[in-house]
Parts: sequence; structure tokens; C-alpha cells
Amino acid sequence: MTSAVITPSSAPADEPAAASVPSHAPVKTEAVAAPVKRVKAPKPPRRPGTSWFWNRALPPVLGLALLIGCWALLTLKSNGFPTPIAVFRSAVDLFADPFYRKGPNDIGIGWNVLNSLGRVGLGFGLAALVGIPLGFLIGRFDFANRMVSPLISLLKPVSPLAWLPIGLLVFKAANPAAIWTIFICSIWPMVVNTAVGVQRVPQDYLNVARVLALPEWKVITRILFPAVLPYLLTGVRLSVGTAWLVIVAAEMLTGGVGIGFWVWDEWNNLNVEHILVAIFVIGIVGLLLEWLLIAVARRFTYEVQA
Amino acid sequence: MTTNPFIEVQNADMRFATAKGEFHALREVNLTVERGEFVSLIGHSGCGKSTLLNLIAGLLLPTGGALLCDGREIGAPGPERAVVFQNHSLLPWLSCQQNVELAVEAVFKTETRKQQAARAEAALQLVGMGHALQKKPHEISGGMKQRVGIARALAMEPKVLLMDEPFGALDALTRARLQDELLKIVDRTKSTVVMVTHDVDEAVLLSDRIVMMTNGPAATIGEIFHVDLPRPRDRVALAEDPAYVHARKAVIDFLYARHAHPEAA
Repeated sequence: MTSAVITPSSAPADEPAAASVPSHAPVKTEAVAAPVKRVKAPKPPRRPGTSWFWNRALPPVLGLALLIGCWALLTLKSNGFPTPIAVFRSAVDLFADPFYRKGPNDIGIGWNVLNSLGRVGLGFGLAALVGIPLGFLIGRFDFANRMVSPLISLLKPVSPLAWLPIGLLVFKAANPAAIWTIFICSIWPMVVNTAVGVQRVPQDYLNVARVLALPEWKVITRILFPAVLPYLLTGVRLSVGTAWLVIVAAEMLTGGVGIGFWVWDEWNNLNVEHILVAIFVIGIVGLLLEWLLIAVARRFTYEVQA
Repeated sequence: MTTNPFIEVQNADMRFATAKGEFHALREVNLTVERGEFVSLIGHSGCGKSTLLNLIAGLLLPTGGALLCDGREIGAPGPERAVVFQNHSLLPWLSCQQNVELAVEAVFKTETRKQQAARAEAALQLVGMGHALQKKPHEISGGMKQRVGIARALAMEPKVLLMDEPFGALDALTRARLQDELLKIVDRTKSTVVMVTHDVDEAVLLSDRIVMMTNGPAATIGEIFHVDLPRPRDRVALAEDPAYVHARKAVIDFLYARHAHPEAA
């Protein structure tokens, strides 16, 4: 995801759809994940019962068992690194009462996760508010594309940690700085995917709009937006993933209440069991966010024409 | 025959700027289409027949010459020149009825929602798609999609119906059925039609005149053939009609003997 971002549209918006015009350079696609599409492919008939168990249910369980088994074996003789059982026990303890409050530095894991999610939501929401319209602009107007693309290529690979001091300097507070870091890191996938989506709206659809002489707002609401939505939702999905990645790092540095700071705090307490629990929690929350957004994308993705 | 030029193409010239330099698609194209006439544009691929159609549609503007529709210069696409696109171009997120309604709303702006919906439904009934109003394009077959595309164009009550290989992507049987239905619809609505095709039988069966184009680059009109067959036409009866066979022979002779495709040799 570090290669050049927005390739200048190979088909300018006003290019005619003349069948006799040769040479259509293909649009580069590296930096863009394909939107979730329901593709009709003939599925082999699935036999219910045993075959489903062997092919679908068993492998993931086996993988998890293998991971925990290796972990248990490796920690048999170690006294620094906790065993799976110790981690499981402390997880049970933690989740017995996830929403307790005992002073500013001792808060249940549930509160920590919710606080982190709140920051992610705010930073990501602001990024969506700015990033999606920016993506439309870049996709629709070549001039904007040429103007902004190099900047995006330059800024996109920057580590979240590098943005944090800027946030601290500008906002003079930890919490806005963390939100700023989420914002700046999660904006790029939305900008890029929206822009590519707009560039890839089939010329046929735009020709329909021209023949019907649709007013611009109708072109946007009835044609552009629905056509771009699958790409846009892919961008949102990637952005939320990035935001959740970034929050842990940002909170470790800014402190306060949140799962990232909690990890750091437990490290200072040398409570490695809790750190491992946190890693699982972070992973599971990230997975749930991803599933949620894939479900949303499925809901809004129109069937691709054959 | 009375001369009542409805579409006039005057000395049209079309050049495209491409990455490999300029491409001269059309030169010195002169054509008039009369009101109520069915004209086919036929030629080998790359001969610029679609380009000529897009010029009439206003989707392209000529680099030389002029095009007129009903005495006014064609400067932009407009709903009075409805286009049936080669690949139907239905919006996949709208149902069949919504696709047609989008066109109806654009043309009959002052009518109530109810009137607009009734127009859309009537157009879909006309092409035999009354049973699939609420279906999305991916739920219906290719032939049905093309019917909806035709319904969308007809619903706009255009002065001219422009069709770009409307049946090109369909199987032979479906194509024959849609051609028959198009014949009936055109007889009923007295539409003026300009159709691009590469199918000789289709051109002869449907057209009053067949415009045969030379090979590109810098293609132009090679010959225009009048199809003197009475309407209504019946494909089965025509199959052995000497006039039909003659027309067919004339077009094939032009396409394959005198203007064979350079790459086909």
C-alpha cells in the first residue's frame, strides 16, 4: 500500500464513448483493494454433515489449538512468560467485572475499550467527513487530482507516531492529539478509494446522464454516488482498520484511559497476562469492526452486471 | 418521395486526439434522414458507424461540418434524440421501472409522480416487460435488459431513436424476436430510427435505407441502398422474396467484395 496512489484518470470525464477510438490505457490498481462484490460463481454442492465439519469447522479450530499448544509448550519451563492457562484465568478475572472504576488509573477493561472506540469513532468520523468529499473532488476533476496526488503519496506512508507530536503541539492536549493522529492516518484509504471509484464510473452511465440531460445534483445522487458506493465502503473498511491499528500506538504515548494506554500501564506493572489479554481483545474488536463493515458493504453493493 | 430532411449531416469530419497521435475517423459524411424513416448504418468494425451515431446523438461534436436535427444544430446530447446503447447501460442499482422513470422524470418534468410512473409502466408494457417492473437488471436476461433499454428510450417520446448495435450482444433467436417486436413498435409509433448494425439481415429486414460505410481510417459513406420492401414485413415470407434476396446481395457485395475488411483478408 505504499506505491503511488491515484493514477491520473486514463479516461477523462469528457472523453466520448466512441467505439472507434483506440488506445485505452488501463487504470492502475495496485493501491486499491477491490470493493466487496457478490460474484455469482457456481459453487460445488456442499454436502451437509461430516464433510462440512472437516472442511469448514475443523481447520480454524485446529489452527487456534496449534497456536495455544505451541505457546503452552514454549512456556512450560519459562517463569517470565505466562502460560495460556494463567492468561485465561486473568481474562476470566478481568471480564468478571469489565466496568469498574477505582480511581483514574484503575478502570475496567470494558471502559478502556469503549474509550478507545470513542476516539477511533471521532477521528475516523472526521476523516470520513473530509476524506470522502475530497475523494469525489479528486476523482471528478483532473486538476485537483494532479494537485493533491503527489501530496497524498508523500503523506500516506508516514507513521502515525510521527503525526502525534504535531497534534500535541497544535492542540496542547493528549486526547485531541490522539484523535488527530487517527484522523490523519485513516483519511487516506477513503480519499484514494473514493477517487478511484469516481474515476471508474462507467462512461456508459455518464452518457445516459448526458442523453437524459440530467441536472448535476441528479447525476450525483442517482448515478455517481451509487456507482462509487462499493469503492467508498472499501475505503471506509480499510480506514477503520487503520484507525484501530493506530489507536493503540497513540494511546501508549498520550496516556489517559484506553486500551493502548492500559497495555502500557500493565507493562509498567509487569502484568504480562493482562497484556496478552489486551492483545486478544484488540484483535477481536478489530475483527468485529471488519465484519460489521463487510456486512454493511454487502448490503449496499449492487450486483455487478455480467 | 417527398423530401423532408429531419436529420441532416453536412460534410461532417471527425478526428480524435489519441496517445498515438491524431486519428481520422470520419470524413465528408453527408446524410439526410427523413421523418419516420428507418436508416441503418452498416460497415466493418472500426468504420466509424458508432462515431457517426454518437455525432447525431450529440455525445461527440464534429471537428468539421455540421449536424442538424429538425433544423437546429446539434450541440449537445438531449432527450429528443434518445439512445439505445449497445450494452443496454441500465443502472444496476435501480429496478427496471426506476431506470425508465429516471428518463421519464428528465423529460416530463412537470407531470406528477403518478403520471410519470404510468408512462414508465406503459413503455415497459410496450416492450413486453410489464412482468418485471420491480426486477433489478442483474435479475433479468440480456434480451430483457435490452428491452428495458428500448423502453427507456421510447418512454422519452423522442423525435429520433438512435440505436447502437442494440441486438449485437444477444443470441440469434432472441435477436430475431426483438427485431420483430421493434418492427411492430416502429410501425405503431412511426418513430424515426437510426440504427448501427453489422448484421446484414437485420439491416435489410428493418430499414428503409441502408447506409454502407467504407473502411476506416477516414471512413465515409460508400453507398446508400433503398430497401423497397412493403411494410409490415414478415421475416419468414421475406426469406425467399426476390427483392429481399437482391437487397441482401447488394449489401453483402458491398461489404465483402468491394470493401472487404483489410484485416479479414
